[in-house]
Amino acid sequence: MFAVSPMALARSGILGMNSRNVSYIGRYNPRHLFPLVDNKLRTKLLAQQAGVVTPRLYYVIQHQYEISKVGQLLNRIQGGFAIKPAKGSGGKGILVIIGRREDNFVKASGVEVTLEDIERHLTNTLAGLYSLSGSPDVAIIEELIEFDPVFAGYSHEGVPDIRVIVFKGYPVMAMLRLATHASDGKANLHQGAVGVGLDIATGRCLNAVQFSRPIKQHPDTGMGFDRIQVPNWTEMLNLAARCYEMTGLGYIGTDLVLDAKRGPLLLELNARPGLAIQVANGCGLLPRLRHIESLQIRHDSPDSRVRYVMREFATAAPEIPNEMFPAMA
Amino acid sequence: MTSRTPFYVIVLMLIVTGLSIAWLRHTQFDIPLQPGEQTSVWLIEARIDFMAENGPVLVSLDLPDSPPGFRVYTEQAASPGYGFSIIQRDGNRRGEWTTRSADGSQTLYYRVQLVEDSEAAATLPIATIPQPAKVYWNESEGMAAAQVLESAGRRSSTPESMAREIIKLVMSPSPSQNATLLRNSGPQVVVLEKLLNQAGIPARVSMGLTLEDARRRQSLTPLIEIFADNRWLVFDPATGEQGLPDNVLLWHRGSDSLLDVTGGRNSRVSFSMIHQSIPTLQLAQDKVNSSSFAFLGIHRLPIEEQSVFKMLLLLPIGALVVVFMRIMVGIRTSGTFMPVLIALAFLQTSLWTGLISFVTIVALGLLLRGYLSRLNLLLVARIATLVILVVFLIAILSLVGYELGFDTGMTITFFPMIIIAWTIERMSILWEEEGPSEVVKQGGGSLLVAVLAYLLMSSAQVSYLSFNFPELHLVLLALTLLMGQYTGYKLSELRRFRAMVRSS
Repeated sequence: MFAVSPMALARSGILGMNSRNVSYIGRYNPRHLFPLVDNKLRTKLLAQQAGVVTPRLYYVIQHQYEISKVGQLLNRIQGGFAIKPAKGSGGKGILVIIGRREDNFVKASGVEVTLEDIERHLTNTLAGLYSLSGSPDVAIIEELIEFDPVFAGYSHEGVPDIRVIVFKGYPVMAMLRLATHASDGKANLHQGAVGVGLDIATGRCLNAVQFSRPIKQHPDTGMGFDRIQVPNWTEMLNLAARCYEMTGLGYIGTDLVLDAKRGPLLLELNARPGLAIQVANGCGLLPRLRHIESLQIRHDSPDSRVRYVMREFATAAPEIPNEMFPAMA
Repeated sequence: MTSRTPFYVIVLMLIVTGLSIAWLRHTQFDIPLQPGEQTSVWLIEARIDFMAENGPVLVSLDLPDSPPGFRVYTEQAASPGYGFSIIQRDGNRRGEWTTRSADGSQTLYYRVQLVEDSEAAATLPIATIPQPAKVYWNESEGMAAAQVLESAGRRSSTPESMAREIIKLVMSPSPSQNATLLRNSGPQVVVLEKLLNQAGIPARVSMGLTLEDARRRQSLTPLIEIFADNRWLVFDPATGEQGLPDNVLLWHRGSDSLLDVTGGRNSRVSFSMIHQSIPTLQLAQDKVNSSSFAFLGIHRLPIEEQSVFKMLLLLPIGALVVVFMRIMVGIRTSGTFMPVLIALAFLQTSLWTGLISFVTIVALGLLLRGYLSRLNLLLVARIATLVILVVFLIAILSLVGYELGFDTGMTITFFPMIIIAWTIERMSILWEEEGPSEVVKQGGGSLLVAVLAYLLMSSAQVSYLSFNFPELHLVLLALTLLMGQYTGYKLSELRRFRAMVRSS
């Protein structure tokens, strides 16, 4: 089948790009709040004020002259780190260093890079190569996330992150994004990452897709997706829901990770979250968004909102006995 | 949610305003809706010959003033040694030639271009209601006239039918004795005029010119006009037929003389005519320029500025194509309005030359950019380097093209170089980050949109309308606003999400 009729899409409750832009982003996201989320540094500082946990910030590189001293700064860091452009989008310009080998740095893929490579990367970042509109940028160097062992074998090189769409403070849909060889360690679905739709009530896998086609196993590791259940699920949704109060944005995508030691962390926020989450979940966003829009009762605390959506948007998934998958406990 | 009603009202107003102004200008000023439309114009030359008597000369010729079915487009007089002016008196125009002294045979010309205009049957406001003139006959003629009028009166009810009957009786091929008597008493039209006036119907003799292409030395033919229902009605004195034939121009109306010559003798006026075609647009522009709309006309700008406007007015069409392709179809382009600028460049270069040179420049630029990315340059410097390289590339390609004998080689310079440099930069980053398939996708999308915009913008009809009816851009604006509110699916999403429908 080449295409489907618009009526069929509407029946399935699929949110289209135009409708997202006009009816949700345009209506619920005030323009002046965008810089809060378009700049990772500001998001981070805001999150610290609001008590939302994020990866630890090591350094901020703002000026070209600071780059020459970066070598010394990096020597003080124990273990790995990640360099990110503050205004980057779609994972562009993120350099993940997992450790040192003599004078060189080791990337997540195992490739070694020199200090000069890192300096050049920082130069590019400051010049705005990775920023949304090509405007000058700053680079942030932050703690490397050690992702929770639950996800071992599910991600190729990259960190598996969890995207939760939060509408007016209610987490409405979630998916786990797993990097693959095809996506080159990136967690972007259109680049070939696997999207795993998650049951909002339990954090269990509902459905998994790569390149918009359903798959059952991770293409690189062969691990079956049906076993996935994200631990600390309620805590995770709570973290996502609190981002509403934190930013005031009505329609956001929150990117969370599960750190082995620190639990759920907020990686970044997105004021224009993509639509692929619907494909990963095998269900449209519109019915849930309309449900929240027509809600008569108000839930003021993030906690109560999370309880509400866990009750309302639960997908009837087959109950999997826990003892069969001890690792999931 | 705020009400959308004001928005739709604005959109509707824009559409209605744009369309109605265009329609108004079309109907009022006859600006054609299609390019290349021609209007037929009659060029009529009146030639006055007379013998001057070695003294001051005043020649006065009655000129056509808003004759029914025609509109005066231009007029001029050619007559060396004579001063010429057009005198208006009681809504009647006369051309007056004057000279201090002239001797011997003189020839004066008056030329007028008349446009056939069926709506120009404009009735002149009639200042004073004419009264039937007093009529004098000799005794026998008076008797005959009374009898003709009586029998005509018996067969008619209105002034029009009365006029018809009188003409029929007098001009009948087998006339009665009375009619024959009257016909021999003077020129037939004069007789008819007298009869009508005697019947209490104000009547006058007018002079018409039968228009036939490429006729020379024509003279005017007399017509009878009667006054009824507050307007003058024309009758053919030969047949009694009411109304003016399409090919007859009423040159002279009313009681004044057609031609007066003071200081000359043997004066004679004759007419030559040819049928011409001139662009309707030119005609309309002259009409607009003499109206209160004139300040809106782009046509009054110097030609150079006009051609800039011509380009500018095409831009909204390109923008509309981009909006449509991105919002409704969902084609991704590199740089939002880059395709429009490319399409504008295509307008200068022609499509295939433009496409080939654009793809060549971008491909070569990408190769060079591949090396630049290793140099670790700052962004601005890198773009500037690309701009310089693009200039070199264009110069080399133009020269090579010229040497190979393509005179189209030089047209490459029409491409916006900064835009090309940015395109190369974006494509290169896209290549590094997303792979070549995305480059082909977005580059192809951009070119597709550019070609579509080009095809639309290069259409004679579209560029004609956008330039001559700039108010139609209000409609484009309304359409763009409407599409900006479109919340339905893009065409591409029908494919993107097709798996979701199958699964549910």
